Amino acid sequence: MALDDTKKTRDFKVVGTRPDRPDGIDKVTGRARFGADMVLPGMLTGRILRSPHAHARIKRIDTSKAEALSGVKAVVTRADFGEVPADVADVMDNCMAGDKALYDGHAVAAVAASSPAVARKALKLIEVEYEVLPHVTDVDAATRPDAPVLHEGRQQETVPKGMSANVIARSEFGHGDIETGLKQADRVVARTYRTAATHQGYIEPHACLATMGPDGKADLWVCTQGHYMVRNTCAAILGMEQGQLRVTASEIGGGFGGKTVVFLEPVALMLAKKSGRPVKMVMSRSEVLRATGPTSSTSIDVRIGMTKEGRITAGFAELRYQGGAYPGSPVDMGAMSGFAPYDLENVKTVGWDVVTNRPKAAAYRAPGAPMAAFAIESAIDEAARGFGLDPLEVRLMNGADEGTKASYGPTYPAIGLKATLEAAKTHPHWSAPLGENQGRGVACGFWFNFGGDTCVSLNITPDGTVTVSEGNPDIGGSRASMTMMAAEELGIPYDQVRTIIADTGSLGQNEVTDGSRVTFAVGLATIKAAQAAKAEMCRRAAMVWGIDEDAVEWADGAARPAGPNAGKFPPMTLKEIAAIASNTGGPIAGHHEVNAEGAGVSFATHMVDVELDPDTGSTKILRYTVFQDAGKAVHPSYVEGQFQGGAVQGIGWALNEEYIYGEDGILQNAGFLDYRIPVASDLPMIDTVILEIPNPGHPYGVRGVGETSIVPPLAAIANAVSAAAGVRMTQLPMSPPRVLAALQAQADG
Amino acid sequence: MSQIHVTTKINGDETEFLCEPEDTLLDVLRDRLGLTGTKEGCGTGDCGACSVAVDGRLVCSCLMLGAEAEGREVATIEGMAKGDQLHPLQRKFIEMAALQCGICTPGILVAAQSLLERNPDPSEEEVRYWLAGNLCRCTGYDKIIRAVMETAADMRRAS
Repeated sequence: MALDDTKKTRDFKVVGTRPDRPDGIDKVTGRARFGADMVLPGMLTGRILRSPHAHARIKRIDTSKAEALSGVKAVVTRADFGEVPADVADVMDNCMAGDKALYDGHAVAAVAASSPAVARKALKLIEVEYEVLPHVTDVDAATRPDAPVLHEGRQQETVPKGMSANVIARSEFGHGDIETGLKQADRVVARTYRTAATHQGYIEPHACLATMGPDGKADLWVCTQGHYMVRNTCAAILGMEQGQLRVTASEIGGGFGGKTVVFLEPVALMLAKKSGRPVKMVMSRSEVLRATGPTSSTSIDVRIGMTKEGRITAGFAELRYQGGAYPGSPVDMGAMSGFAPYDLENVKTVGWDVVTNRPKAAAYRAPGAPMAAFAIESAIDEAARGFGLDPLEVRLMNGADEGTKASYGPTYPAIGLKATLEAAKTHPHWSAPLGENQGRGVACGFWFNFGGDTCVSLNITPDGTVTVSEGNPDIGGSRASMTMMAAEELGIPYDQVRTIIADTGSLGQNEVTDGSRVTFAVGLATIKAAQAAKAEMCRRAAMVWGIDEDAVEWADGAARPAGPNAGKFPPMTLKEIAAIASNTGGPIAGHHEVNAEGAGVSFATHMVDVELDPDTGSTKILRYTVFQDAGKAVHPSYVEGQFQGGAVQGIGWALNEEYIYGEDGILQNAGFLDYRIPVASDLPMIDTVILEIPNPGHPYGVRGVGETSIVPPLAAIANAVSAAAGVRMTQLPMSPPRVLAALQAQADG
Repeated sequence: MSQIHVTTKINGDETEFLCEPEDTLLDVLRDRLGLTGTKEGCGTGDCGACSVAVDGRLVCSCLMLGAEAEGREVATIEGMAKGDQLHPLQRKFIEMAALQCGICTPGILVAAQSLLERNPDPSEEEVRYWLAGNLCRCTGYDKIIRAVMETAADMRRAS
């Protein structure tokens, strides 16, 4: 049968509509089961004891009093885990400290007890003798040669001699020659920018429920972005075979990258193993803030050379990201992405990965990219405004297009950056008047988008309805998208398909829900699985008709003779083929397994109006418009939702959110009262414009949309605040005291 | 320490339970009565995920003791739909995609219902301030605010 993968002009029947999501009723009635909502008979409560010090050697842990307490069924320390494979050693160490506690909140022991009250009491009975060590939490301070050192012997050969051992790695990207480019410039903007660490801020704290029998077979229920990752990591840490650990993903109450790693899960399994009982663990909000997430704080130097016509002659950035207590900050992705929207002859970025006494950084929506974009898009804005040039025109003049060699290496296929800029230029927002103390800013953003290992199984039931099994937790409506793509491909109604998230025993390996990969990669596998099922159904029809299977095609939910020479037979519908499946060879299914490539890069332009209160320094967001390329929007409402959600997380990052450490290295704002994420009354409506420049790597042209939306807001808002204030803002968050100080400094001359 | 016996009404049903003196109403709902639709996002009254109505008043159930429910009437998300009939807010949230992950949704629906009972014709600003105690990290609030306003308009037309 003939299947056309590249047809761009197809008339979609389901894709592009806005049906109700299949899990909608569960989620508006309270029926949906999230991480903390599961119970098992005989279940114990697991709790973690955490370090009160930013940096301390653990000299002794005495758990005997806790173990003697009535109701305590197991106590676990790092000693219970023994040696673990090198590739999970840092993960293990982050879940349960080894010789040293490396940050305030670092886990040092855990208990499982018959009730929360007993568990709390038991934690107080665990005696830990600490030798408190000097600490460092600031990224620049950590790079100094005299800084307290977290780890010896982890520095890579890329780092020049003489730097602090906290500087783990150096990376470099780019092409051309910066000094040559700078000489061609009429103006050079050189500045240092700083951003604070922020947390993903998902509303659902981490939670899991573990069981393990004496035979070593284990089950785990967990809120995660990737239950296959949880299985593989926990199996490695506990020395289990992956097939013996079945992980089921609960509904997930937000993740944004923060649930792509394990924190509680190996500990819960070890407590279950030692106690022989199911163990449930749920973090408090302060534990979430002290010990999970967050993203890096950064310090970034930028130099931009520009001609008076607006051509960028050179772009250079040196980025320092602290990734918390272990190597692996997202600095490389910052260094690769910052100049990605531009077609530059001379571009270079240098990234430094630095460790500090803070929780190990986890991915946060386009990890590493928003901070780089803040610095670079701010510098471009300053250079453009310095010449009195239109910042959108300058971006269009320098913008990347099909055929551009990207700053990080590859050459782009068809991309949507200029489409977003053109849409911004002609939007009424761009020409709307501004009042006193108001400013408008724009910025561009880029994200790579991921593919990766993906499995989908699609089954035709005897009554001709369809079930789709996929392996990626639905974090924002992806079950709707998969259902739509399956219905589209099969030519049947949306409500004839039901999609479930299968456990790790039911499918092969699936990469975590990250990199905006799910609608692209799982969608691709769903379409291919549907195509496999269609091919089988065509074969069954050919068998019944007694004609060659190549003489059958699939259209509008039925097998049909392909052309006049195939013979005259009425179409045989999916339901009719399903009904006789048992007599034509047995059940019908399609499946597809792939390491998906061709994700298709993503670009956005954001535009924002702000008003400053000159008396308090507070910033009000007046108007916000997102322009982003979706390739093809499968369910436009949820595409808009991704645009809006990312923009508002960016607003929080730009204006409010900040990890605040005291001199003692203790996190001072470990709660939602003081770590303030945007609330409804802070915001206007967030307008969205969806551009659709098809991704050549997907049958329907789909690109991931989840992450790009958080890349431009930091810079767009900084550009707007700077315009309103008449002074360049270079540090995030632009909290009221900081804006007020800038305004006063300017007034004082 | 001995447990406390409490007699209360939950979603219209006479309910008795035993709880520890330190148990919050949220603990009781979730862990003793199996009503897990009410969520814990912070435990400190900052996120609104645990919103319920007690004698018609909107409260964070994490800030109230279970023992304080004695003689009161508690309304949770589980009581919002009447049988298979969703509340207009529930229907509208699905129709307008006013949820992504869904963890804040029960609390926001309970809070929005409480608003519409008091003010059937709220302005956008009134909706935004009423829901300012309910954190949502996914949606940027846009579709939530629109869904509440559209529901209010539908309910006004229907009454």
